[in-house]
Amino acid sequence: MTAVTAVAARAAAPADTTPRPPTPRAVVGKVVWVVAVVLISVTTVMPLLWTLATSLKPEGEILSSYLQLLPSNPTLANYVALFTDGPFGRYLANSAIIALGGVATNLFFGGLAGYALAKLSFRGRGVVFSMFLGSMMVPGIITMVPTFLVLRRFPLVGGNDLFGEGGAGFINSYGAVLIPFAAGPFAVFFMRQFFQALPDELGDAARIDGASEFRIFWSVYLPLARAGLAVLGVLTFQAGWNSFLWPLIALNDPDMLTVQVGLAGYVNEYQTQYGPLLAGTILASLPVLVVFVLAQRYIIENFAHSGTK
Amino acid sequence: MSAATSLRPTPVSATRRQQTISAWIFLAVPVVLFAVFLLLPVVMAIGLSLTDYSVIGDFEWVGLDNYLRIADDPIFWVAVRNTALYTVLYVPAGVAVALGTALLLNRSTRTARVFRTLFYIPVVSSTVATAAIWFWLLNPQYGLLNAVLGWFGIDGPAWLYDSQWAMIAIVMMSVWAGFGANMIIYLGALQGVPGELVDAARVDGAGAFRVFWHVTLPSISRATFLILTLLLIAAFQVFDQAYVLTKGGPGNSTLTLVYYIYDRGFGRLEMGYASALSFVLFLVILVFSVANARATGRENDR
Repeated sequence: MTAVTAVAARAAAPADTTPRPPTPRAVVGKVVWVVAVVLISVTTVMPLLWTLATSLKPEGEILSSYLQLLPSNPTLANYVALFTDGPFGRYLANSAIIALGGVATNLFFGGLAGYALAKLSFRGRGVVFSMFLGSMMVPGIITMVPTFLVLRRFPLVGGNDLFGEGGAGFINSYGAVLIPFAAGPFAVFFMRQFFQALPDELGDAARIDGASEFRIFWSVYLPLARAGLAVLGVLTFQAGWNSFLWPLIALNDPDMLTVQVGLAGYVNEYQTQYGPLLAGTILASLPVLVVFVLAQRYIIENFAHSGTK
Repeated sequence: MSAATSLRPTPVSATRRQQTISAWIFLAVPVVLFAVFLLLPVVMAIGLSLTDYSVIGDFEWVGLDNYLRIADDPIFWVAVRNTALYTVLYVPAGVAVALGTALLLNRSTRTARVFRTLFYIPVVSSTVATAAIWFWLLNPQYGLLNAVLGWFGIDGPAWLYDSQWAMIAIVMMSVWAGFGANMIIYLGALQGVPGELVDAARVDGAGAFRVFWHVTLPSISRATFLILTLLLIAAFQVFDQAYVLTKGGPGNSTLTLVYYIYDRGFGRLEMGYASALSFVLFLVILVFSVANARATGRENDR
């Protein structure tokens, strides 16, 4: 692939000085480029289209005409089966609550904390900032077992007494997934970077007018951070909707499963029912795909900056 | 309150005190969560790893027994070997595909932007959805992959059902699912490659490969470092794909370290031993991250 661009670049180089008809080499380079990007797109997009096609085929057609991209007799039976044969609707609702709840808390608390670290001067600011930054480097695996125990033994919650005995604490409740990630260090860091780019003078002017610090945050700076909040909201939604390992551990009541954990249960090593599995895959991917399509410009640009920072 | 502040003789220090109080109130929730769900768990992990805690019944201090047990645990070494194999295949492939696709799309045309979105699409899906899609793609009889291989006269393997190929299948899937994000980071970095340097090298008669090697690659070394770090940390903690697709099989060939920790801690409830295992993995990640930072740092100094 490197060679392809290299050839194209070298062929294009003489064209810088005087415009002249494209050399045969440039034409070949262009054709090779188009073939390469189309082939790669086919490998990234085709599996999704094939999944969609298979999910719309009746059971008898799935294996017999597995290579056919357009179903001969399209049907929604696989989707209907998800909701009638199992609690898939419940899974979707659980995931929506967890993902949207995570967005709300991360935007609010991440915004507040990020603003404090960017715009308020106080002793210990550097320490707190490096603490959050450092905590992003700690791999999730090390806190997995103890976090489970902290949530399970949380005093006075979920049937627990003052010493955390007797009940299941937050385990098997939305709190088990929402609370530990309610104000992640990434949200704080991200919003801090965003607020830092805004001028200090706005706050100073409001302060002279006698506005409280919260008011300055809420009415002056937060509206200016709308773009940042939108990107953080989309990223947090995707992370919450797509998370797997932690919900798998913390929520095992059949009624509390998230859509990802529920979907994983449809994949069996033997005797997999491909129709419902792939219909579930489409439903599990749809919300994040829609959000991505709406916001893709901002998301991709934000990502592009992270490499140069 | 604020009116009084402005009337005080030393408004600067009063504002400052006010700001300090506000700042700590604003930071309270994230700081408390940090203490309860990061600091406390890390300390607990160290403590737990020195006990035989298993949720039910009493537990006692066993000192370094768990760590000694790890050294003699054959399954642990199987998990280490599998995770190492995954890392060795996934990290270079992930960097190469991300950089290759970024170089392909490093032009500001509308067509390139459309393809950028198409390349990025797999990143959006969850690992479970990706795994389900690939479970179907990799079906030995009815999967698209073996059908395509068949057009070229290749008799595809049984993939997830073959201990020789299961891990390779998971690596392919992970590269497919993740390269788009790193491609975008590389595209951002490629914008920063100084055009004058490239032109100067060309004038001096450097070929395209030499320009790439001596100008482009050094200019994007920060992005390479970031991507290497992200890929390494992700590779050492691979779990979802192996759990969903193969449950660690066939014949333990996809049993990864995190899968093993999960199985010990939450399958068999041996939480003391699982904590010791996770601490070992943490140290491995730390060592590799530091080594990577040093290697890249030396590269940058040159």
